Amino acid sequence: MTSQNRESIVSKRPLGASISRWFGKNLIRVYMALAFTYLFIPVVYTFVFSFNDSGKSNITWQGFTFDKWLYPCGAPRVCEALGNSIKIGLLSTIFSTILGTLIAFAIGRYAFRGRSASNLLIFLPMATPEIVLGASILSLFLVLQISPGFWPTVIAHVVFCVSFVVVTVKARIASLDPRLEQAAMDLYANEFQTFRRVTLPLVAPGIAAAALLAFSLSFDDFIITNFNSGNVTTFPKFIYGAAARGIPAQANVIASAVFFLALALVIVGQVVSRKRKVS
Amino acid sequence: MSDSANSARGDLKLTSVTKSYGDFTAVDDLSLTIPEGSFFALLGPSGCGKTTTLRMVAGLEEPTVGSIHLGSTDITYTKPYQRPINTVFQNYALFPHLTIFENIAFGLRRRGIKDVDESVNKVLNLVELPHLAQRKPTQLSGGQQQRIALARAIVNRPALLLLDEPLGALDLKLRRQMQIELKWIQKEVGLTFVHVTHDQEEAMTMADTIAVMNEGKIEQMGSPADLYDNPKTAFVANFLGQSNLIKGSLVGTDGDSLVADLFGQKISLPRSRSHAADASIYAGIRPEKFRISLLQTPTSGNVLSGGKIEDVSYIGVSTQYQVMMPWGQELMVFEQNDDGVAPFRIGDPVNISWEPIFTFALRGDEDAEAGTEVVPEDLDEE
Repeated sequence: MTSQNRESIVSKRPLGASISRWFGKNLIRVYMALAFTYLFIPVVYTFVFSFNDSGKSNITWQGFTFDKWLYPCGAPRVCEALGNSIKIGLLSTIFSTILGTLIAFAIGRYAFRGRSASNLLIFLPMATPEIVLGASILSLFLVLQISPGFWPTVIAHVVFCVSFVVVTVKARIASLDPRLEQAAMDLYANEFQTFRRVTLPLVAPGIAAAALLAFSLSFDDFIITNFNSGNVTTFPKFIYGAAARGIPAQANVIASAVFFLALALVIVGQVVSRKRKVS
Repeated sequence: MSDSANSARGDLKLTSVTKSYGDFTAVDDLSLTIPEGSFFALLGPSGCGKTTTLRMVAGLEEPTVGSIHLGSTDITYTKPYQRPINTVFQNYALFPHLTIFENIAFGLRRRGIKDVDESVNKVLNLVELPHLAQRKPTQLSGGQQQRIALARAIVNRPALLLLDEPLGALDLKLRRQMQIELKWIQKEVGLTFVHVTHDQEEAMTMADTIAVMNEGKIEQMGSPADLYDNPKTAFVANFLGQSNLIKGSLVGTDGDSLVADLFGQKISLPRSRSHAADASIYAGIRPEKFRISLLQTPTSGNVLSGGKIEDVSYIGVSTQYQVMMPWGQELMVFEQNDDGVAPFRIGDPVNISWEPIFTFALRGDEDAEAGTEVVPEDLDEE
């Protein structure tokens, strides 16, 4: 009798408790799985359809092929657009990184009149809607009688990339212990040597991160580019234009390749920094 | 780089140095000479101006007024990298992107010395960490980083080595060990060390001469024993160890001694230990100099009678007593547990006695609490 009693108690209690405990333990995992599915479905879709043996349009599955990966430039003008995007990306990265790093040092290190105003103004391009920024830059070029094209696009990209570079590099400078520079000066390094041997190497990771950010922002910008590039076609512009006729599978190939390249860079970065910590 | 300032040697001399930040005066008309080859400590509570003083000597701050000389060379406005002075920073400030070897070689390389291997290895051996040469600073423990910071400074053989709370971040046991080691290294390399600390025990363990600083001024300067046995102000008496300060007045002389009246009981003290300005004094006695005896036991020397044991704390090597005196003051007494006698109990009526030579006298208009309420400072002073 007593054993029966105990059994009924034992079987009753854990049922509700074990379900809620399972949820308590796994809710975060379930949630995470859903979030990642949501994030990666488009990426996976893009990747899968890069193997589609399609003709002009790449909407329905026509069969598996490696052709598009072997000949990514097979579709008309896709590689020209890619080349333009890379050129514009590299140039705007170089200019915005140099300019932004100098601004970040000025704001992060020196007290001057208008410092807090500059600090605030540097955020404006990030806060302004791209459509407004693109349109106003275009009207500025038109007033100056500069016709849209390659260089106006580079200039427009530098405008919005600079803000991101400043914010990224400034954060790194802020985390730099000023006593390290004092220690360098104390150890016979003059101002230039201190900058060259201590400040710059310590800020370098921030500058590299800023440059990567600038490149990726420039590379996939569409709105501002569309206003200022005239008849120069960038990769995003190409996709947009192709969407009406049907995007060729080569676009999926290039998009997937860019994704994997970025992923590889992140992994290499992680491995290197972990190795550095260990060795 | 190799100008006269960099090769200067000799005593460090600060003349009427003042440093103000707006209305706040961090260092107030400070004059000080630190002899070449000595181990000198600047001791004081947080915000007393000791770190500011050190930074002015290093060249990281400029004095508002006054001058700093090294030997006969004026270095008041010389850039930090043009002074033959190196600093061991409070948080060590090792360069995180360089190996230990390159950290130590940094100063040598900046002075254009090509062959650094021998010097760096020698100093690594001195601090007993030659196996860490190729590591990065973050891979070292606090104590190891401390030694590397020291090695990085002394490898340059500076005329003056500045140590800014160098042991502040270490735990107590390691701190004691490093104190002894630092002292040994100073003797070994024969450099002038100027050590800034708020830890009175650390200063007393290591330094030949201590300057006690308070509110931008030097309260008193002297050997550790001198400062402890013969403090000139209530601040020094309380900041360096503990003191019993009893209000009283000078009433006469007896040869080389002065006679004081403390709440109706006469005591004597050496004339050389009186810093009173007039008859009104505080008589000071260190707690370990007191002896306690039961009322009927005969005593010699200075005696204060009518006490009652208020509190007893047994702490192994000694027993600490709080004794309530008839005038309402609690005196602190530390008795060594070396006589095999059972400790006194709470409520025991007792006399307190001590040798007259252990008495010092301070001005009667001082704040008897000065220097007692100094809280342990956090690491980032000023």
